[in-house]
Order: sequence, then C-alpha cells, then structure tokens
Amino acid sequence: MPIEFKTPGAIQQVVSMAQMVAEQVMRPKAAYYDEHEHEIPWEYINMMWPIVSQSPLLGADDSRNGHGEAERKRSPITNVRLIHIVEMLSWGDAGQYLCTPGGNLGAAAIAAVGTPEQKRRFLSRFQGEKPAWGAMAMTEPQAGSDTSAIKTTAVRDGDFWVLNGEKIFCTGGRLALEESNGLVVVWATVDPKAGRAGMKPFVVEAGTPGVTVTKLEPKLGIRASDTASILLQDARIPFDHILGSPEVISDTGGEKGFKGAMKTFDATRPIVAASALGIARATIEYVKHLLNQEGITIRYGAPLHQLSAVELEVMDMEAQHRAAWLLTQKAAWMMDMGLNNNLEASMCKVKAGDAVTRITQKAVEILGPLGYSRAHPVEKWMRDAKINDIFEGTGQINRLIVARRILGYTSRELK
Amino acid sequence: MIAFSPTEEQTLIAETVKRFARERMRSVFREAEESSELPWEVVNKGWQLGLLSAAIPEDYGGLGDAQPTVTGALAAEELGWGDLALALAIMVPGLVALPILYAGTEEQKRTYLPRFSDEGYPKVTAALIEPRFRFDPAALETTAVRQGNEYVLSGRKAYVPLAAGAELFLIYAAEKGQTQAFLVERGAPGLTVGERERLMGVKALDTYELALDGVRVPASARLGGDAGIDINRLLNHSRVALAALAVGLARGAYEYALEYAKNRVAFGEPIAQRQSIAFMLAEMAIEIEGVRLSTWEAAWRLDQGEEATRECVLARQNANAMALMVADRAVQILGGHGYIREYPVELWLRNARGFATFDGLAMI
Ligand SMILES: Cc1cc2nc3c(=O)[nH]c(=O)nc-3n(C[C@H](O)[C@H](O)[C@H](O)COP(=O)(O)OP(=O)(O)OC[C@H]3O[C@@H](n4cnc5c(N)ncnc54)[C@H](O)[C@@H]3O)c2cc1C
Repeated sequence: MPIEFKTPGAIQQVVSMAQMVAEQVMRPKAAYYDEHEHEIPWEYINMMWPIVSQSPLLGADDSRNGHGEAERKRSPITNVRLIHIVEMLSWGDAGQYLCTPGGNLGAAAIAAVGTPEQKRRFLSRFQGEKPAWGAMAMTEPQAGSDTSAIKTTAVRDGDFWVLNGEKIFCTGGRLALEESNGLVVVWATVDPKAGRAGMKPFVVEAGTPGVTVTKLEPKLGIRASDTASILLQDARIPFDHILGSPEVISDTGGEKGFKGAMKTFDATRPIVAASALGIARATIEYVKHLLNQEGITIRYGAPLHQLSAVELEVMDMEAQHRAAWLLTQKAAWMMDMGLNNNLEASMCKVKAGDAVTRITQKAVEILGPLGYSRAHPVEKWMRDAKINDIFEGTGQINRLIVARRILGYTSRELK
Repeated sequence: MIAFSPTEEQTLIAETVKRFARERMRSVFREAEESSELPWEVVNKGWQLGLLSAAIPEDYGGLGDAQPTVTGALAAEELGWGDLALALAIMVPGLVALPILYAGTEEQKRTYLPRFSDEGYPKVTAALIEPRFRFDPAALETTAVRQGNEYVLSGRKAYVPLAAGAELFLIYAAEKGQTQAFLVERGAPGLTVGERERLMGVKALDTYELALDGVRVPASARLGGDAGIDINRLLNHSRVALAALAVGLARGAYEYALEYAKNRVAFGEPIAQRQSIAFMLAEMAIEIEGVRLSTWEAAWRLDQGEEATRECVLARQNANAMALMVADRAVQILGGHGYIREYPVELWLRNARGFATFDGLAMI
C-alpha cells in the first residue's frame, strides 16, 4: 500500500451518518447538557443504540465468535474507521459522545485479556434490546498516574472473590451500574506485596451487592458524562470474573496480565486523540466562520509582513490540528495493519492533547467578547478540551512513554 | 485508502539517498561549511543519483515516477539529513527543470528537459528572491515589459545559487503585476552576477545577487508561452521541498542530541534519564513526525493534481518552526558543547533558521 491520504468510501459513509447525528441530535443539545450537569442525554443514546448494538464501535465484536479469531476477521480499517467516527461525534459534542452506549473501555479491557468464553459471556449484553454501558475503574484517591499504588483488594473466598476499596473518576460508572445492565472492569490487587504482578482486572456487573456509586464529580467540562466514585464493600463476584490468570506471576513475556491490559491503551489513546481533534476542528471552523463574517479570510501563502496576527494564529491552529490528526490516523492505521503502535499511540495522544488545549484557549482569546461568552460555544469547547490532556495518561505520562521508547529505557531508568 | 507505507521502489530510493547522505555528505559537510566551498565531487555524485530525472516523464527523457512529489519528499528528507547546503546544491537544477515541466510549453519541455537526465550536472539556476524586507513572490519588484517581439527585464535578485557558473537562468519578474518567469542565457547584455553573498548558514552553497539592467530576451523565452505560469503552483512544489528538507535537518539534530544525552553523564547518571531532557526529546520526535506526515500529505495532494496551497503552506510554516525548535533544543541538550563549532548542532541551528527565507530555493 503506497502513501495515501484518501478516506475510503466506506468510512466516508459512516462519517456522514455520524455527522447527521452530530448536527441534528448533539449540537442542538450541547449547551443544554453543559448547563444541566448529570442529566442523561437520552435522545442521543436512544438514537445511537440501534446503530452501535448492531455494529459495536469498540471491542464488543469479539463476542460474536468466541474463537479468539476476531483479530483476523476484523476488517483492516476497523481502527481508522473508529477514529473517524469518534472525531465526528466529538465535533458534535464531546460530553454526549462520552455517553455513547456500548462496552467502551470496559469492553476494550475484556477484549484484550479475557478468554473467548469470557468475551462471549460479558460482551453479549452490548448487543441487546436496551442500551448498556461498560466502564473501567483503575483510579483511586491515592493512585492516578501511578496505577501501581492502587489499594483495592480482591480476596478469594471459595468460588468467589471479595472486593473492597474505593474507585474514583470512573467515566460512565453510573451509566454502567445504575442506568443499565452494564459492567465495570475494576482493577484490584490479589497480593498487595506483589506490586504490578498482583494487580488484576475483575468484571463487576450491575446489581452486584456491595457496589455503590457514591458520587458524581462536578467538572470543568464534558458535563454530560458522569465521572463516578464507586465504593466496593465486601462485593462478592464469581471466581471466573477475573480476567486473565489469577496467578501472581511477574509479567515478563506474558501478554495476559497487567501488561496485556495496558496494551488496550494502544487502542484507546488514538481514540482519545480523535475525540480531542473533533473539538479542535469544531473550534477552528467556528473561528474561521466568525472571521469570515467580519470579512477576514486567511491568506495562505501571503508573505509574513502582510499577515495579521489573527491569520497567523489560525494558520498555526490548522497546522497543529493537521499534524495531530495525521499522527492519530497513523497510530490507528498501524493497529489495523497489525503493527505495534505503542510509541505512535502515545505520540498522537501528546500532540492531540496539546493541540486541542492550545487551539481552544487561543480561540477564546481571538474571539474576544464573543469567545468568553457562554452565548457562543467556544468557551465550552475550551473547557471540554482540557480533559484530553489528562485522562488515558496525562501529557506527562505519555511523554514518558515516548521518551522511554525512543531512548530504549525501562521505567526504572527513566522515572 | 489511508496508508503510510512508501512503495518498495520509494523505500529503495530513500535507502540509497540515506546511504549517500551518511557516507558522502556527512564526511565533508563541516569542512565545506568552514571553507565556504562546495565539495563538487560529492555534489556531482549526488546529482548522479538521478533524483530529478526520476521525476521527469519518460517523454522528456526521464523515468516518470508515478508519485514524483511524494518520492521527492522522501529523498529530500534524506538529503536534508545529510547537509542542507549540499542538499540545496544537488537540487539546484530542479529549480529550472521543474518549472519547465509544470508550466513550460511543449516546445520548451522538448528543448530543455532531456538535458536534465544527462550525467553531467547542468549549469543552470533560478532567481526568485529579491533583496528587500517586503519581498513577496506574488508582487515582485523586478519587472518584465513587452516590447515588440521581446521582453525587457529590469530589477535586482538575491539568493541566486551557483549563479557564477550558471549558463542558463530562470528569472522571475512581474509582468503587468503578475509573476512570470523567463529563460535567460548567460552573457545576455545587462545581466550581471554580483558579489557572492554572505549568509548566516548554508555557507558551502555560493549564492549571488543578480542585477538586470534592461535585459532583452525573445518572447519565446517566457515560460509557458502565452499562458505564462501560475507562480503559486510552483511555490507549492517549493514549499513541500523545503518542508521535507526541514524534516531531514531536524531528524539529524534530534538523533544527534538523543545519542549525546544517553552518553553525557551529570550528577551521576546520563542526562537523558532526567525528564526535562527526556521530554524535550520526546517532543522533538513527535513534532518531527507530525510535520513529516503533513509534508507527505501535501506532496500526495500535489501528485493527485490538487491545488493544495493550504496544505503546502501549512506544512512549510510548521516545518520552519519545528526545525528551529528542534535545532535549538539540540544545542540546549549539548549545553556549552552545543555552542562550539566542533559539534554540528550550532550549524543545524543556523541552517534551520534559513527555511523561513528560502522561498523557491528548493523544489520537488
Ligand atoms: C473526567 C475524568 C474521567 C476519567 N475517567 C477515568 C476512567 O474512566 N477510569 C479510570 O480509571 N480513571 C479515569 N480518570 C482518571 C485519570 O486517568 C487520572 O486523573 C489521570 O491518570 C491522572 O491521575 P491523577 O488525577 O491522580 O493525577 P496525578 O497522577 O496525581 O498527577 C498530577 C500531575 O503530576 C504529573 N505526574 C504524575 N506522575 C508523573 C511522572 N512520573 N512524571 C512526570 N509527571 C508526573 C501528572 O502528569 C499531573 O500533571 C478520569 C479522570 C477524569 C478527570
């Protein structure tokens, strides 16, 4: 396949469908859900469910054939297609996009480390009649970037595991546990002394006694999306809800344990980057539109001494956006090609997180009184944008990953 | 499709140029810079790689690459990695051949293009830049006025590479406010090659001012005949070339700084094990790759026959800033040693700053 930049027709089709949803369902309600935090965007959800339950966006397609052959059967554009859809939905409204029903991060973890039988059992709910959500709970009050500091414990009791601990910042935790027959993949340690080797993912289903959503965080942006605290008090789950091996073995070579699950980030970081870039594109389009109304068009190629500061800013926004989007496409394309994209996934996440943060903050400045006003969407986009530099690994953590990869350092050599 | 893998042929070309850059360019570039002299043996060898000929269609004696601009970008990155001054020198004939290819009349193509597939380095050059702060390729001060069957050219040009030895000049001038180009033979009365210029970087490449005092050329010397040229289209081919060279230069600086940082010990461990150094390197890698992909995309669009001005302009602007940032950080990572001319990074910093100025000084 030579170097090419033509979006395939099959992707253009789904993207124009996503655009319809974005324009007709998401945009008209974006400000409303921003101002009514924690209200659930059911119009969007009900619109999306028939689509995603037929053709899951992420992970869940593995449940159809439990032979572990899913990878091979995937069309070679799965990831490139997905980032295009996510980009467009986030162009509509990032908050509502994060409420997209389906397995989401939970399914991604199950798809990465579950057995074929587990995939079938846990993921089929994401093709049912009613919308259902999956979520992933790693973060705890004392453990964010440093995931190895988690304290939630899982203790074996015959045919059960007993989970105790507190998870915070779980995206979609309420949708998964309270609003649907969903599930949360909860990370806990089976041996606090064993460090990462003791950390295991467990599937916790909605309705499990001892599992409660105790708080929904009030946030700077993406307010339609719930960010839940989850309390686990002697929560008993069947023994076979552990994903991967229950053994505490150091992870060298194994793809099934902690390292294996961390691999899901290679798939999900380009998705977060794509979401960021949907917001960035919306912002650039809006700025250019308002400038056009004032008779200002961007003179590409005019010499520096003729260009206004605003023109230069807009050109820089577009250049950074484009570079980030191409990095993101490359990371997704590598996945589709079956190539290791660990480096590229972090590269695009760093670049997209930076780009969207700068672009949206600059846009508020450029538009002056209109930029700062809640009558225009730009200030909201700036608030929504910032999360992309934080979750799925902060900008710093992803820089660390890039740096380790290019320098050939272990996490001990470069802390 | 969306795809990021060069063809086997392109990979082969890039590998060949890479080897040439490593073995031939890197062994002489510092001396060339210090002595302000082109190592012609290396430039001739670079010419004989046949990169320009590959881009020229078979009808005009070339090889007819199907994706000439993308391939050109891949090759230019490797040349830029080797050394910017030598890369520009190797690419100078393209400043005449490619405008003829993209804008010339059929007769001009048949007359001029075949010689660019010869083994001998063609003694040609082009003059676009003018020596003034308000220089604008779309509003030149050099003028061309039609008088009967002739054009009369007047004005001053700058940054004309290898003008001292050139036998054919492609000179850009404003005709009725539009930028046009004219083929002028050496020795045309009124054409004077001025003093060699003294620049901040790329010192090995000799460039000159050019004075045009009523230089007369036949009407047939106007590139593109009656249709003339679309300067923006030609500039797009220059923009992607400069962007690709900038990526190569930046990659060279980044790789050097990375190796240095892994070996330089301070406070008991390699400086690369400190985040402030490691993060700089990570950002350098990310920015280089982002500009590389933007450059490929712009080049691909040109090969598709798209107008693509926006993509070309943005790729080049981003490349200017990126190359400067990367080269500056490379100096920073070497600390005081980076400031010393026995290390290459200070040269890369000086060269990187040039990209903002080099309109039309490279083309693919
Ligand atoms: C809206 C939202 C949704 C989220 N969704 C989820 C979810 O669904 N599931 C989930 O498990 N988590 C989720 N998170 C948690 C998120 O992943 C963490 O907040 C993030 O990883 C950072 O952790 P922290 O907040 O504890 O910050 P800290 O880890 O305390 O970091 C603070 C600062 O220190 C920097 N830092 C930390 N370590 C290093 C280092 N080694 N080198 C350099 N700098 C460093 C960080 O970059 C940051 O700037 C969510 C968070 C938010 C806000």
